[in-house]
Amino acid sequence: METTRTYFFADTAVMLGRSLRHVFRSMDTIITVTLMPIAMMLLFVYVLGGAIQTGTDSYVNYLLPGILLIAIANSIGYTSYRLFLDMQKGIFERFHSMPIARSAALWGHVLTSLVSNMLSLFIIVLVALLMGFRSSAGIIEWLGVAGMLALFTLTLTWIAAIAGLSAKSIDGAAAIAYPIHFLPLISSAFVPTATMPPAVRVFAENQPVTPVVETIRALLSNQPVGDELWLALAWCGGIVLLAYFLAMRVYRSLGD
Amino acid sequence: MQKLAIQVEGLQKSFKGLHVLKGVDLEVEKGSIFALLGTNGSGKTTIVKILTTLLKPDNGKAIVNGFEVTANPGQVRRAISLTGQFAAVDEMLTGRENLILIARLRHLPDPRQIADDLLKRFGLTEAGGRTASTYSGGMRRRLDIAMSMVGNAPLVFLDEPTTGLDPEARIEVWRIIKELAAGGTTVFLTTQYLEEAEQLADRIAILDKGKIIVSGTLAELKKRFPAATLEYIEKQPSLEEIFLAIVGANQEK
Repeated sequence: METTRTYFFADTAVMLGRSLRHVFRSMDTIITVTLMPIAMMLLFVYVLGGAIQTGTDSYVNYLLPGILLIAIANSIGYTSYRLFLDMQKGIFERFHSMPIARSAALWGHVLTSLVSNMLSLFIIVLVALLMGFRSSAGIIEWLGVAGMLALFTLTLTWIAAIAGLSAKSIDGAAAIAYPIHFLPLISSAFVPTATMPPAVRVFAENQPVTPVVETIRALLSNQPVGDELWLALAWCGGIVLLAYFLAMRVYRSLGD
Repeated sequence: MQKLAIQVEGLQKSFKGLHVLKGVDLEVEKGSIFALLGTNGSGKTTIVKILTTLLKPDNGKAIVNGFEVTANPGQVRRAISLTGQFAAVDEMLTGRENLILIARLRHLPDPRQIADDLLKRFGLTEAGGRTASTYSGGMRRRLDIAMSMVGNAPLVFLDEPTTGLDPEARIEVWRIIKELAAGGTTVFLTTQYLEEAEQLADRIAILDKGKIIVSGTLAELKKRFPAATLEYIEKQPSLEEIFLAIVGANQEK
């Protein structure tokens, strides 16, 4: 037992390397998680943006936080998909019959989601800069943005892990991504919630994506974050803990 | 120094009310090839999963390499390697990368050298740089078994290693298994082919409806049936013999 614990970090690093290779070798993944959000950003800024009134001078400044969250939401279906394949193909059984830390196989997938998302978000921000995005945020604010995005990624990834581990078919594993795609769309990510009809507005203002968007937007424009930060942390922190424990429970009971 | 690699007594397992194993007893001597013979659904894979610490038994005792599987799974895992029913290779990685992955996870020095040696031994040197998704069924199985050889575990489990392979690939896998046993490795093998058990195994146990109904050496099993009588039968070549003769002749050209 002791040795498997000692090797947890080394084993997880090997698993991370393996699964990152999957990401970089899959054109499909790169297109979905990086190029699609960039295409959406171009579409919103240069096609729809002219007609959207946000009360800010630059629509790309308003839009960027939402695009970043859309990119994350797009990516998590792949975590479910890859987890499901590892179970179905007996790869987890091979790993679990070896003297390695059992949870390393699962953490490898979760950290892959985190690392690959951070990379694609970085590229999206670079493209936004080319499109005229400007931020007055300092280094602390940028670190805050990165932290918020990382927490949001982990939250969605652990939910995706539950779906991947408990799915009965490959379609079922990927289905979790669809409802999650809609959360950024029905939030303050693209348009101010004040323009929505009351029922939609109530939902939009009381779901986790809106405080996350508002926090990132405030940080990027160097404004005080206010209560939105605490709301965002409470939502994501609560969900990530719950999803982590549920996913671990499903993972431990695999096969039984 | 104990002589038994595996010792199983009264093993029971149910899944949601379905009684899969109803008290299985078996013993495997160190350095031997043991074949567990049974039809689909007889519980072979369940036994393999319990012995390789993937499943917990409901009842009974299973000792692998001197350690109880539920009490000491870490020690058991150190002594075994598993080749599951479906070739568990990572299709997005190359053959070489698959082997390096396992060597790293077993914390062995010089994973690249280990990978190259195994690729050579399993006739995969040329294919080593291609992703495993491009491999044929037989190559995939060979890579799968090669991955189980990383670290030279003294006890190897092979769950239906030749199911779904063509006759040539099957004979190739048989050769590998014989080599393994010749090197002193204990092999626990499941199969639904009588011929495979006959070809390979020192001892055979037949599992039916969750119980071992008969076990022993091939000679012992034969003795339990009526004495041989002499009959004259015209010997026709089997289709397999014809196939192998033609394919073999072709390759020699």
